[in-house]
Amino acid sequence: MSEPGGSPHPYIPNTASDRALILERLELASAGALFADLPEAYRDPHIELPPALTEPDLLRLVRQQAGKNRDGGDRPSFLGAGAYRRSVPSIVPYLVTRSEFMTAYTPYQPEISQGTLQTAFEYQSVVCELTGLDVSNTGLYDGASATAEACLLAARVTGRSAVALLEPVHPGILEVVRTYAYGANVRVDAVRDASEVSAEHACLVVQQPDFLGTIVDVERVAEAAHAAGALCVVNADPFALGMLRAPGDAGADVVTGEGRDLAGGLQFGGPSLGLFAARNEYLRQFPGRIVGRTRELHGPRDGGGHEQAPRTGYVLTLQAREQFIRRERATSNVSTAQALIALAFTIAVQALGPRGLREAAELCYQRAHEAARRIEALPAFEVPSSGPWFQEFLVRGPMRAPELHRRLAERGIAAGLDVSQRDEPEARDALLFCVTEATPPEHVDALIDALREIGDTL
Amino acid sequence: MNGGASEDFGARLSFDRSEPGRRAVDVPRWDGELAAFPDARLLREGVRLPELSQPGLVRYYTALSQRNYGVDSGTYPLGSCTMKYNPKVNEAIAALPGFADAHPLAPAEDVQGTLEVLHGLQRALAAITGMAAVSLAPAAGAQGELAGILMVKRALEQRGELARRRRVLVPDSAHGTNPATAAMAGFEVTQIPSQTDGSMDDDVLARELDDTVAALMVTVPNTLGLWEHGIEDIARQAHEAGALMYGDGANLNAVLGRVRFGDLGFDVVHLNLHKSFSTPHGGGGPGAGPVCCTAELAPYLPAPVVEAREGAFVLARPERSIGQMQQFHGSVGVLLRAYAYIRALGLEGLRAVSENAVLNANYLWRLVREHYDLPYGGPVLHEVVFSGSRQRREHSVRTYDIAKRLIDYGFHPPTVYFPLIVDEALMIEPTETESRESVEALAAALVAIAEEAEAHPELLHEAPVTAPLGRLDETAAARRPVLRWQPAEA
Repeated sequence: MSEPGGSPHPYIPNTASDRALILERLELASAGALFADLPEAYRDPHIELPPALTEPDLLRLVRQQAGKNRDGGDRPSFLGAGAYRRSVPSIVPYLVTRSEFMTAYTPYQPEISQGTLQTAFEYQSVVCELTGLDVSNTGLYDGASATAEACLLAARVTGRSAVALLEPVHPGILEVVRTYAYGANVRVDAVRDASEVSAEHACLVVQQPDFLGTIVDVERVAEAAHAAGALCVVNADPFALGMLRAPGDAGADVVTGEGRDLAGGLQFGGPSLGLFAARNEYLRQFPGRIVGRTRELHGPRDGGGHEQAPRTGYVLTLQAREQFIRRERATSNVSTAQALIALAFTIAVQALGPRGLREAAELCYQRAHEAARRIEALPAFEVPSSGPWFQEFLVRGPMRAPELHRRLAERGIAAGLDVSQRDEPEARDALLFCVTEATPPEHVDALIDALREIGDTL
Repeated sequence: MNGGASEDFGARLSFDRSEPGRRAVDVPRWDGELAAFPDARLLREGVRLPELSQPGLVRYYTALSQRNYGVDSGTYPLGSCTMKYNPKVNEAIAALPGFADAHPLAPAEDVQGTLEVLHGLQRALAAITGMAAVSLAPAAGAQGELAGILMVKRALEQRGELARRRRVLVPDSAHGTNPATAAMAGFEVTQIPSQTDGSMDDDVLARELDDTVAALMVTVPNTLGLWEHGIEDIARQAHEAGALMYGDGANLNAVLGRVRFGDLGFDVVHLNLHKSFSTPHGGGGPGAGPVCCTAELAPYLPAPVVEAREGAFVLARPERSIGQMQQFHGSVGVLLRAYAYIRALGLEGLRAVSENAVLNANYLWRLVREHYDLPYGGPVLHEVVFSGSRQRREHSVRTYDIAKRLIDYGFHPPTVYFPLIVDEALMIEPTETESRESVEALAAALVAIAEEAEAHPELLHEAPVTAPLGRLDETAAARRPVLRWQPAEA
C-alpha cells in the first residue's frame, strides 16, 4: 500500500511533494479547496465500498469468482441462439491488444489515427463484400440495436410509422427493436408470414438463419417487402454468410448482424459488434461513424524542399448526419461504438480469407448436420425441421423439454435452449441445439452417449 | 524497387496486398459423411477477401498500429473523454477463461462468478452515485442516455402526463448526444443558454420549467469543467414543476467520491465506464453506459439487472422495464474491467483520482492561462476550456492549427471546437494518470505554440510535419465518398 508522501496509487503518479508543489503554485492551502464549488452539505459523503486490493489480491479474488462459472471451457455446451462458439484465429487477440489500437479513442485527429481509420476502412470493405451491399458504417453496438437502427432508418425514408419482423426471430432482437421503437413512436408487428407486410410498414425484418436455425430465402422476403413499398432488412449471421448468398444480392436494402463471436468470443454476450450496411441511396440516413478515403492536402517535402505527390489517407466523413453536429436533428444519438471489436472481426475474416471462410462455414454446417443425424438415429429422439438449416436444429426427446434439459445438465452437458413454449409447431417440446465448427467432436460423442442413456432409462 | 529499403507494410490495403493461394490459417478438413448442401440459390458463389499469409497479415496490422497514438504512447488530453491510463491487470481479468467463455444464455447456476461480479459492480456504482438501483445493460454512454430518457418517458406515461410533457430542456453546453437522445425518445428539445459563469441561465430556466417539461438533462460538472452552481436548487425547482432530473455522468471523474448525484436530487444518471472507470477506449469503443436511478424509477430500468436471491445471483427483469438495450446483457467484458478498477482503488483511491484529476487540470490552467483566452475563467474541475480566439484574431491561426502543431510536439491534441459555446475551443482534460512533469510538458508546448503563433504562424499552418501523414483533404472525402475497397479495374 502507499507510503506517506508517496503516490496514492500505482495508477496515479503525483506524489505528496508533487501535490504540494502544485498547490503552492495554485496558491491553495489544501486540495480540499479545489472542490470548494461543490455544495458543502453534500461534499465528501460516506460511501460504502470494499477496501482497495493490491494486484495479487485482486487477481486472487477474481480468479475465485471466475472459477464459480461452470459454463465454457471443457464443459460440453450446445447453446447457440444468437451467441456461437467460434474458432478465433490466435492472431486476432494478439493484434487487437496492441496498445496503439486498444488505448486510442475515436480518430478525431486523422494524422495520428491512421491505424484506426485504415482498419475501419478495411472493416467497411469486408462488411460490404460479405453482405453484398454498397456502404457500411464502422459498426454499431450489437446486432439487435443495429437492427433497431435499421428500422428507424426505414421509418425515416418511407415516412411510415410501423415495422414488421418475421417470426421466428430472436426474442432479444425483437425486444431491442421494441425498445427503440417505443422512443420513436413506431409500432412493431411480429408477423408469421412475409405476406403480412403491408403499406403501413416501413420495413420487413428477417433473421438469417432464423431464430430456430432455418436458412431463409431472402429473395422471397425481399419481394414481399418491396411489393408493399417497404424496405427489406436482414439480420444475418456474418459467419453463415461465408456460404450463404449475400443478402444484398437477394434484394436486402439493409443488412445488420452480430460480429462478436468471430471477433473474440462470447464474454457472456458482450461487448458485441453490430454490423450495419445498406444500399448507397440511404447513405445520408446512416447512423454511426463512416470512414472515407482521401489524400493529403499537400504532399511531403523531399530533401530539396520540393513537394511530392500527396499520400492516401483516411478520415471520418459525412459527419453532418451525426449528433455532435446536428444535435436533435441527427440520424441517431450513437457516438462511440465498437471500434476494437470491429478490428478483431476484420482480422478474423481476413485471416480466414475467401476460401477459409467458406471452408469454416461448410465445416460448421457438416459438423452440425452430422450431430443431428446421430441424434435422429437414436430411437427416442427426433429432429423436426422446416427446411434447410445451418448450425442450429431442434431436438425433441421422449420427455418434456425442461426435463430433458435437466437430465443433460445432471450429466454435465449444457443442452440447447428450451424453446418449447414458442408458438411454432416444430418447436413444441423441443430444445434448440447448436453445433459449430468449434464444437469439439468428443463433446458431440458425450452428448450422443448421454441422450442414448436417457432414452434407455425410460 | 525503392533503393533496397524494406517496404512500408501499411501503405496498401490488405485487399491490394492479396496474392492468390496465400492463407493465414487452415480450417480442419471435413472427412465425415457429407450432408447435402441447400439449394444453390440460397448459397453464394464466392466472396472477395484478401489472401495473405499469417506473417503478411501480422505485419500489415502491426504497421497500421504504428500509425496510431494511444494513452500508452503519451499524453492524450482529450477533453470530456477522460483518456486515463488503462490498467493492464484488467485485461488479464477479462480474459480469464471462466469469464471470457461464458455463454449469455447459460443457466444462472452455471455463471455465478460473472453474476457475482456484475452484482458487485451494480452495488459499487449505486454507492458511488448515491442512487438506489443500477442496470448495466447499455452498451455505451449514448445508449445509457437513451435508456434513461426512455425510463423518463415510461414513468410519465404511467403518471398519465406524457401527452402534456413533450419537452426536454438541455443546456447549450451539452454534448450533442443529449439533444439527439431526447429526440430519439420522441421529445422536443429546448436549449437553455449558459450565462457568463458557465452555468445555466437562471431566468430562462425558471421561465421554461413549466408543466410541458418531461426532464431537465444536465451534465455535472459541465463541459466547461465547471460546477453547475445551485444544481441542488435547480433539481428542487424541476421537481416542483413535475419534471425529472437527468444527469449525464460523462464528467464523473472530477467528483468521484466527492459528491453524489442522488444527494443532489437527480432521478436518473448514466455513467461512462470507459471514461471514469478506466476501461480501454479501443479506438472508439467498446464502452459501457450503466444507468442508475432512484427507487421510484427502478421498475423502469432496462433489462436485465442482477439480483441476489436466496444466496444465489440471478438475472431479473424490472417490473415495468423499458426492455432490453442489447440482444443479451450488456458489455460484460467491459464491466469486468470496471469492477476490477473499483476493487483496485477503493474509496480512498477513487478520491485520489478526482483530487489528482482536478489538481492536474488546475495546474495546466495556471501554467497556460496567460497565453490563451479563457472565456469562462477558472479555477476549474477536471478540464479547462481555452479559446484560440486571440490567436485567430491577431495571427490568423486557428485552434485547428494549434491542435495540429501539438502533434509535432508529441502530444495528442485536446478536444477542439467543443463545447459549441466557446469560440475556437481547446478543451483539455489531463486526468489523474498524468504526472506533474507531463502536465508541465504539455503546458510548455501550449505556451511555445502560442509564441510560435505570434512569430512563426506558418509553423502552425503547416503542422503536423512529424506525423505519419500531413493534413488530409476532408472536403474531398465528403464530396466524393470512397467508403470501401474496390478492385482497381472495376
